[in-house]
Amino acid sequence: MSNTKNWPLWEVFIRSRNGLNHKHVGSLHASDSEMALENARDVYTRRQEGISIWVVESKNISASDPKINEDMFDPAADKVYRHPTFYDLPDELKHM
Amino acid sequence: MNSKKNYILHLADNGLILAQRLGEWCGHGPVLEQDIALTNIALDVLGQARYFYQYAAEVDGKGKDEDYYAYFRDEREFKNFLLLEQPNGDWANTIMRQFFYDNFMQLVYTKLMSSNDEQIAAIASKAIKEVNYHLKFSSEWVIRMGDGTEESHQRVQEAANNLWEYTGEFFVPAPYETEMVSQGIATDSASLKNDWQNRVNEIFAEATLQVPQANWFQSGGKIGIHTEYLGIILTDLQYLQRAYPGNTW
Repeated sequence: MSNTKNWPLWEVFIRSRNGLNHKHVGSLHASDSEMALENARDVYTRRQEGISIWVVESKNISASDPKINEDMFDPAADKVYRHPTFYDLPDELKHM
Repeated sequence: MNSKKNYILHLADNGLILAQRLGEWCGHGPVLEQDIALTNIALDVLGQARYFYQYAAEVDGKGKDEDYYAYFRDEREFKNFLLLEQPNGDWANTIMRQFFYDNFMQLVYTKLMSSNDEQIAAIASKAIKEVNYHLKFSSEWVIRMGDGTEESHQRVQEAANNLWEYTGEFFVPAPYETEMVSQGIATDSASLKNDWQNRVNEIFAEATLQVPQANWFQSGGKIGIHTEYLGIILTDLQYLQRAYPGNTW
């Protein structure tokens, strides 16, 4: 981009509670990481959505190519044996 | 009791008038993110004002509610700092006004947390977290603009120079304030001057800005003598309740 007036785009990840992982919630513009964190705080946590924020400049994220989705993800479809569903679990074991 | 009511109203009016000014940015911020940031701050200070108005109503003991103090008092009864009624101007001006105020209120609330008055201490303990964040926000913007482009530097320096004369009022106690200090309820604002000045010096140094040297200051806001801007704010703010008294949503 030649237009230096535009602030870079940042992706925002929020941890909603202790023990949960950070989840992508959206993106925003900011001039630097410090401002990105504050903007994320104001835009995405106003209603108590989170207790921790990560921001990363969007350009630093590598994404898989949706055009090769079939090659990437379809092969997993018939590999049911990869799910550990054949074990008998004791009742005391929760959240598996 | 009157001094106490007046002191609480002074704290409340600061929040209300600043919130009204910041609210004017709603929908007009330079970018969406900063638009939301400013209105968040507006809601924080409005929330503080509400606690103080509710408490003022209790201290006043005339059976009025918080709305009465916000909507049915006239200019001369408002005790907010002159600084806060100054127009928003550009982004630099709004940020500088905010920085001068946050810097001061952070010191005030820190002291008020150990006020002899339990209610004031409780409100201060709640407000301090908000103000800590506001101060971080406004300080960073002062640095960013001061140490930014030639234009941002010039604008933020101009804002500092223009608003400087309204900061002296912070440190000159009003009569009701002096009385509250003697009872251990209010904090002696004159004693906060050094800390305030040091922080201005520190942030301005980082922002490559010149600290204004002028030592003549405006005063009067705390005792109800305002600039021409407050009346205009109140016409806007109070219109609905004046036209339709007691109307609710």
